[in-house]
Amino acid sequence: MIVEVGHFALVLALALALVQSVVPIWGAVRGDARAMALAGPISGGQFLFVAISFAALTWAHVVSDFSVVNVFENSHSTKPMIYKISGVWGNHEGSMLLWVAILALFGALVAWFGRNLPRTLRANVLGVQAWVAVAFYLFVLLTSNPFARFAEPPMEGRDLNPLLQDFGLAVHPPLLYLGYVGFSIAFSFAAAALIEGRIDAAWARWVRPWTLAAWVFLTLGIAMGSYWAYYELGWGGWWFWDPVENASLLPWLAGTALLHSAIVMEKRDGLKIWTILLAILAFSLSLLGTFLVRSGVLTSVHAFATDPARGVFILGILMLFVGGSLTLFAARAATLTKGGLFAPISREGSLVFNNLFLTAATATVFIGTLYPLALEAVTGGKISVGAPFFDMTFGPLMVPLLIALPVGPFLAWKRGDIAAVAQRLAVVLVLSIAATLVTWAIRGHAVLPALGVGLATWLMLGSLAEIAFRIKLFSQPAGALRRAVGLPRSAWGTMLGHFGVGVMLLGIVAESAWKIEQVLVMKPGDHVRIERFDVAFERSVPNSGPNWDEVIARFRVSDGTSNPPVIMEPSKRSYRTRSMPTTETAIETWGLFSQLYLAIGEAQGDGVAMRIYWKPLVLLIWIGTLIMSIGGVVSLTDRRLRVGAPTPRKAAAMALPAAAE
Amino acid sequence: MTRKQKRLTLIGFAGLVLAVAVGLVLFALNDRITFFTSPTDLAQGKVKPGTRLRLGGLVEDGSIKRGDGTVVRFRVTDGVNAVPVTYTGILPDLFREGQGTVAEGMIGADGEFKADTVLAKHDENYMPKEVADALKQSGHWQEEAAKATPKK
Repeated sequence: MIVEVGHFALVLALALALVQSVVPIWGAVRGDARAMALAGPISGGQFLFVAISFAALTWAHVVSDFSVVNVFENSHSTKPMIYKISGVWGNHEGSMLLWVAILALFGALVAWFGRNLPRTLRANVLGVQAWVAVAFYLFVLLTSNPFARFAEPPMEGRDLNPLLQDFGLAVHPPLLYLGYVGFSIAFSFAAAALIEGRIDAAWARWVRPWTLAAWVFLTLGIAMGSYWAYYELGWGGWWFWDPVENASLLPWLAGTALLHSAIVMEKRDGLKIWTILLAILAFSLSLLGTFLVRSGVLTSVHAFATDPARGVFILGILMLFVGGSLTLFAARAATLTKGGLFAPISREGSLVFNNLFLTAATATVFIGTLYPLALEAVTGGKISVGAPFFDMTFGPLMVPLLIALPVGPFLAWKRGDIAAVAQRLAVVLVLSIAATLVTWAIRGHAVLPALGVGLATWLMLGSLAEIAFRIKLFSQPAGALRRAVGLPRSAWGTMLGHFGVGVMLLGIVAESAWKIEQVLVMKPGDHVRIERFDVAFERSVPNSGPNWDEVIARFRVSDGTSNPPVIMEPSKRSYRTRSMPTTETAIETWGLFSQLYLAIGEAQGDGVAMRIYWKPLVLLIWIGTLIMSIGGVVSLTDRRLRVGAPTPRKAAAMALPAAAE
Repeated sequence: MTRKQKRLTLIGFAGLVLAVAVGLVLFALNDRITFFTSPTDLAQGKVKPGTRLRLGGLVEDGSIKRGDGTVVRFRVTDGVNAVPVTYTGILPDLFREGQGTVAEGMIGADGEFKADTVLAKHDENYMPKEVADALKQSGHWQEEAAKATPKK
């Protein structure tokens, strides 16, 4: 009964979305205030019904109602409760329901926080948001119904793919979807602006917090997925340039560009048309990601089921929205007034530089991801585009961007003085060169890693230097603390975001250049030395869990000092229902950021094949992304960006330079 | 700078970045991609030794032989031809005889494929698409026996 309520609630949500997709926009055209105001309550109702629907499916999973096909295929009565819940979105149908639930949540939030938006803009935004919602409700109801039942219910379920029975993967999809779907807000605002043919700095002030929030979630979601791949797959890698990973990186790159171009629009009323295009692009790439991952075009752990009807349906949605929005863009972009010009060396110029390189990098990832699919469709030839391609294309495009990154925030708006910036960054440059030389000298005279460490130092110190100069830390240390407190939160956010990039780069450089890998067969009693560690295999111990059995290999690891040895226990697990083996790695962190990583393979006689990795500073990769996300959150708390609450004084101050153009 | 000069600088720079990106992509597409082949392609001598490839097919039944340490030898077949493969390292969890696999590496002059990466499927129902296509081509594709799914 509850399951049927869930199904019915989803149909009701579709009905509400249909009303919301027409009435407010019609009201905006006719100037009918009541029709426009309807958008608010309807989007609230839509979210309510989708939430009921989602709760119903969750309930079916929690009580293991195997008469529901979705529960039968992805659950088992002995599965731990946390994975019964995460199993709701650990499959195609449920994850699409999560997708629409988050879409409805964002719609309701825009309606709630947007009460003081201009009336027509709010009506148009919520109308466009409902178009997207209608398309995806239809997709779920027509091709991916999670509420289908069996006539003769089975007694036991098939269990969830063991790789997905993991905490990392319990939180990865919701975070990623919050990011993907969050860009729909920027998209709806862009479409609404094009429909109205009017756009101003206030528009950017509205769009930026939503974009920033989506970007924070997407950053965390990608980082979570990467960490999961690192510890769960047992290959020790953290990024494989796999098409499904690229599918999430594409909207991230476009979103990062959007975040920066919206600053120019907000502060200088410039780059309007470009910002609109990026907003359309970021969401289009999110839809593309959904298509690639959900259609079965790519086979991976994400492709739960391949059903051609679904692929065609999502492709239809993709073409409708990308094609429709670009047509609207082509027709209306010319009506938007152009912003003021600026000298090439200026804050605007640096943000354009950022956008050029980010979009060029997005394009290379796009080509690398889609070219094999296109080639196969056209010629039938099969190729694989992997890390070597991206190292050759994405890598070189990132280098100028990262070198220029610390310079940008130092430049003044309109016309910057590069000599003055060079003077301010001179100390940072000297320190970075010193870091390069020291690394080169003590790390075996390798050039590239040394340059990488130098670049990371440049990024980290450069972002700190900007704050130091703004609060006059060295010139007038007396009032520095007071000035630091008075600094806008967005300045701290920028610093943290850029600092995080440096930290991540340091982790990437150290991990790629100095990791040590050993693959060998060990018998009980064997010792092996790796870096400064002595790894001793003691014995194998059988063990069992709620829905799996495992063989644990017990290792005693000492780090060559008087510290007590550490016990590490990687295991080989076999899940009973699917009789599928998985590798459970053992990871031990040393000195805050470096990790020793053990993974065992198949048994060979009385020994066991195993991988041992020493991963120097590897944790910095994810700590860096975490710092970037924290930067985003800090920026969100800036008073200027607080949704709907720009102080009149600041709003007036911002209008002045725009008027002076 | 005049308005026009500013605009031209911007457009010129954008063009430059675009040209560099296009150049890199074209170069990388020429040089940094791997082609997918089947054992039959290799048997027909379509591939020069020393080219990097992905070889896909089924692991031949009874062909897995372990050597010293973590060296392992097996044969990849598409039902018509089979290619001997050597690999040093740990095989993926789901690597089994009679199941699909993709090996990446180079074919030696002696006809032996030296793999540096071996991939298997992500779950028990999944077959790499390339492998499925190759098997369909050689007529060895079997639709999975009707699963024990209750009627809807």
